[in-house]
Amino acid sequence: MAQLATQAPTVSAPRSPRSGRRTTRTNYELYGWVFMRASGVLLLVLIFGHLFMNLIDGDGINAIDFGFVAGKWASPLWQVWDLLMLWLAMIHGTNGVRTIINDYAERTGTRVVLKSALYLSFVVVVVLGTLVIFTFDPCPAGAPADLLPSFCTA
Amino acid sequence: MPDAPAGTLYRGREGMWSWVAHRVTGFLIFFFLLVHVLDTSLVRVSPEAYNAVIGTYKNPVMGLGEAGLVAAIVFHAFNGIRVMLVDFWSKGPRYQRVMLWVVVGLFVVTMAGFLPRHLMNVFGGH
Repeated sequence: MAQLATQAPTVSAPRSPRSGRRTTRTNYELYGWVFMRASGVLLLVLIFGHLFMNLIDGDGINAIDFGFVAGKWASPLWQVWDLLMLWLAMIHGTNGVRTIINDYAERTGTRVVLKSALYLSFVVVVVLGTLVIFTFDPCPAGAPADLLPSFCTA
Repeated sequence: MPDAPAGTLYRGREGMWSWVAHRVTGFLIFFFLLVHVLDTSLVRVSPEAYNAVIGTYKNPVMGLGEAGLVAAIVFHAFNGIRVMLVDFWSKGPRYQRVMLWVVVGLFVVTMAGFLPRHLMNVFGGH
C-alpha cells in the first residue's frame, strides 16, 4: 500500500482509443441472444404439443410404432411441426452447447476440436432429419401389412 | 483492503442455482435430441428396424429415463420464460427469486399431471 502512494500507475488519458485487441465489430452474438429467446418460445409450444401427442394422448409411449409415425406424417401439419422442431431445436441446442464450450474449454485447441465436432453433428443430424421427413415412404414395398398404417391396404 | 472473495465469484442462491440447472438440463436435452433424430430416422430403413428400436423405449428403465427427460424439458421451458421476463420485463430482475419459485410450482403441477399417466403406460402391463 505504501508503494502505491509514491509511485502512481500509468493510465491512458480519458477517451483515448482502446489499444490491443479490437472488438468483434459484428452483432452476431446479439442475434444469437435474440434467437435463443424467440426460438425458446416457439419450442415450448412445439415440444409440449409433441410430448402431449406422443406420451400422453391415447396409449402414450406404447402406441408408438412405424404405423403411428406414418399416420402422423400423412398430415402436412405434423410434417411442418416436426421439421420446425428439428431445425429450431438443433440451432437452439447447438448455440447453447457452443456457449458451454466457450465457457469451460480454456485452451484454443480444445475449443476448436469440440466446436468442430459440434458443428459436424449439427449438419449430419439436421440434413438426415430433413431428408427423412421429406423422403419418408409410409407404405414401403414388401413390408408386412400388419406393421403399416391402415391406409396402405385401402 | 477489502477481504478477498472466498475463492469464487459465484453468489449462490436462486439466481446461480437456476442458471446451473438451466445449463445442465439444456445440455442433457441436446444429447437426447441427437439420439432421438437418429432413432426416428430408422423409419427410412424399415418398419421392423424402427419398431425394434422404439420397443426399447417401452421397457421400465427407459420409461423412467423418459420421465427424467420430460422433467428436464419442463424445467428448462418454464425457467426459459423466467429468463425472458428478467430480460424484457422492467420489474423482472426485482422478482427473479419469486419467479423461480413460481417456476418450481408450475413444474410440480405439470409433473403431477404427467407422471401418473406416463408411469401407468410404462408399468401398467400392455
